Amino acid sequence: MTLRAREVTKVYGGTHALKGVDFAVAPGRVTALFGENGAGKSTLMKILAGIEQPTTGHVELDGRPVRLASSRDAADQGIAIIHQELSLCPNLSITDNLFLARELRTPFGAVDRTAQRERTLAVLRTLEEELDPDTPVADLRLGQQQIVEIARALLQDTRVLIMDEPTSALTAPEVEVLFKVIRDLTSRGVAVVYISHHLDEALDIADDVVVLRDGTLVATAQAAEVDLRWIVEQMVGRDQDTLFPDRDSQAGEPVLDLRDLIVIDPANPDRLAVGGVSLTLRAGEIVGVYGLMGSGRTELLEALAGRIPPASGEIVLAGEPLTRAGIRDRIRRGLILVPEDRQRDGLVQTMTVGENLSLAGLYQYVRRLFVSAAREGAAVRRVITDITVKTSGAKAAIGSLSGGNQQKVVIGKALLTGPRVLLLDEPSRGVDVGAKADIFQLMAAQARRGLAVLFTTSEAEEALHIPDRLLVLARGAVVGEYRRGEIDREELMRVSDGATNGGALR
Amino acid sequence: MTSTASRPAGTVQPDRAAATARRLSLLNVAFELRAFIALAVLVVVFGVLSDAFLTVPNLITMTKHVAINAVIALGMLLVILKGGIDLSVGSIVGLSGVVAGELLGGLHVGGVIAYPPVWVVIVLCVGVGALVGVVNGVLVTRFNVAPFIATLGMLYVARGAAMLISDGATYPNLAGNPAFGNTGFGLLGSGRPLGLPTSIWIMIVLAVAVVLLLAKSPFGRWLYATGGNERAADLSGVPIRRVKTIVYVISGACAAVAGLIIASELTSAAPQAGETYELNAIAAVVIGGAALSGGRGTVRGTLVGAFVIGFLADGLVILGVSTFWQILIKGAVIILAVMLDQGQQRFKRRGAAAAAVAATRHHD
Repeated sequence: MTLRAREVTKVYGGTHALKGVDFAVAPGRVTALFGENGAGKSTLMKILAGIEQPTTGHVELDGRPVRLASSRDAADQGIAIIHQELSLCPNLSITDNLFLARELRTPFGAVDRTAQRERTLAVLRTLEEELDPDTPVADLRLGQQQIVEIARALLQDTRVLIMDEPTSALTAPEVEVLFKVIRDLTSRGVAVVYISHHLDEALDIADDVVVLRDGTLVATAQAAEVDLRWIVEQMVGRDQDTLFPDRDSQAGEPVLDLRDLIVIDPANPDRLAVGGVSLTLRAGEIVGVYGLMGSGRTELLEALAGRIPPASGEIVLAGEPLTRAGIRDRIRRGLILVPEDRQRDGLVQTMTVGENLSLAGLYQYVRRLFVSAAREGAAVRRVITDITVKTSGAKAAIGSLSGGNQQKVVIGKALLTGPRVLLLDEPSRGVDVGAKADIFQLMAAQARRGLAVLFTTSEAEEALHIPDRLLVLARGAVVGEYRRGEIDREELMRVSDGATNGGALR
Repeated sequence: MTSTASRPAGTVQPDRAAATARRLSLLNVAFELRAFIALAVLVVVFGVLSDAFLTVPNLITMTKHVAINAVIALGMLLVILKGGIDLSVGSIVGLSGVVAGELLGGLHVGGVIAYPPVWVVIVLCVGVGALVGVVNGVLVTRFNVAPFIATLGMLYVARGAAMLISDGATYPNLAGNPAFGNTGFGLLGSGRPLGLPTSIWIMIVLAVAVVLLLAKSPFGRWLYATGGNERAADLSGVPIRRVKTIVYVISGACAAVAGLIIASELTSAAPQAGETYELNAIAAVVIGGAALSGGRGTVRGTLVGAFVIGFLADGLVILGVSTFWQILIKGAVIILAVMLDQGQQRFKRRGAAAAAVAATRHHD
């Protein structure tokens, strides 16, 4: 069976996630899909799996147009997806999750628990995972939950299997088993789409290579004919000198000090998200934190910003202890976070561009009881020009902006508070290459003005080129610290990978 | 490429997208005005069907009725903007009247009876309403009780308190006694400064105050932000707990004011006063275009919503429509209003998508 996307376009609000993409998968082959964050990989896969509908264009199955109205529809056609975000019910057992909405029935119509349990045991055996089928999914660690997600896809009569970051929380032996399972599937004629942040790993398992950039399909090739360097070139798609600003480090006085910061994982209190991180940030310096999903990078920044209280440790801003201060207090003292997920944590969709920009620094424009429209308007107009937000004006709806410009609004909001320390969690996530370059320029410009900039990234190229100083974070601990140019891509992969594949921290 | 076969429904063709975007934006304007249109239709229909409807005395009487619901609804609007709900306001109406009745009847303090002046009575009653609001706010922000549950509980607590204080009986005479210096409570209901009933003035002043609060004060911005995206507001340094508590306090105080107006108009206070008023207030806010999910809603819309509900009820009475039909029609109007609102949101999204597709074509 051949599954094909034909001239597929997807628009979210005002943002083009996909721009006329043609994409096909062939039976018995593994197609690795490459692209930076926000290139449109997940959107394309969601359309193929029936979770999202294309704005224009359509999906073809064996040359005939099909309408996949839901993931259930797609599953009926033999298309299964393993999500980047896990889609399991934590309160249900492994078995119940595997058979959710496709329960096996006894002749009387009741759920056939015995049969379900046996098939669960069988599929877990294939995946070489010794788990009790009755365990609630909530009790499994992240990697095991991912295994359950994979098992669910295997249980269906799958002809096309889409794997979106299936290994982000797996241990090295688990990845080996997964690859064995994938090869077994392709030998039986299943088409597999494989997406992974670990580029070498994806290239390893792939037969075909497809690269997306800014919602456009830019390259296809046989895996045997290309190497990592070629893939990265296609992904970034422009001269790296123009993407990454040229700058000299001008580190000044220390501004932010953290000592032995320990943060308990808010989602799982048995686990430490950040296990004792110390770091000094100087004025005019850009420090990068490279870490993959679950490395603790987000929790580290959220603890710094006052969103989650640290279990222990000390945060000192310009000589004053900050550990007990709330978010509001920290903002007024010059520390603000640009969050990773701008839709969830950064923007108020019901407010205008201007209202979003001035929200955090609103207190500066208050005269007596009311917000001075003149002062606020002037500040908003200034920042829109300064950071080149492409918008029809301050009164425009925030949803009318592209992803990159929305991200600039979140950054602009932070800058309007007049910070001394700017924290940015994955600032380039989900924005196109042009906006990415703008955002990096912006960070460099702020550092030149004396701000201390701390940002996280899961893109190796960014980690290698942007920061003056790079910390590699894995399992909540700093596993390496480098000045710019001291480390190359392979070394970075090795350092961060070796540590993450050890499994979750207890 | 053959594109005729089974094109998925609901997708937008780029070549038609620009036209679609224009058409949708026109529809949008009609939707924005739907509450006004509904009110205009009501006035015209009732005006044609009844000679008594479009007379100045009747309009003033109806607006007096509207004012009570509007005062409660303005408080409710703030709570709904936050993404909450306040079910306790109807009971606060009853409690506030009962407290006024009790205070005007004299306070027993250590063997002597004190008669507080009317202004003190009013301040204390509003304070009682605000206090119920504080409890609501604390339950929601500190104990993480869902607003629906917290205020449902306080609906019963406040009503029970009103019954306990009054022993279930009505305070029959709130006129006060010149000898005790506590007369004048009735003016709240019967006074007509500049020819308009006091209650209408209260509605106008309150509406202006809420408009200023929402449009000009930092609190207004915080409120819209908290209701629109609490997480983003929190990370922007908005004191979300304080914002959430304050809206319940204002809502409780507004309901207490409404209770005072009712008690004053009737010059008597019944502990049952205000039953189901919370539902009328919610209906007014929702008809006025506010989103129950928070972050979206205006004073103007809420006032129009209160007028639609009030004029509809009084108009049906004037026409002699049976009470049972009145109830049914009110329900249908509320549902229709929310359905239109959902339709509008969908059109807005489709309009944005169509505009974006059209924009790409221009770039190409």
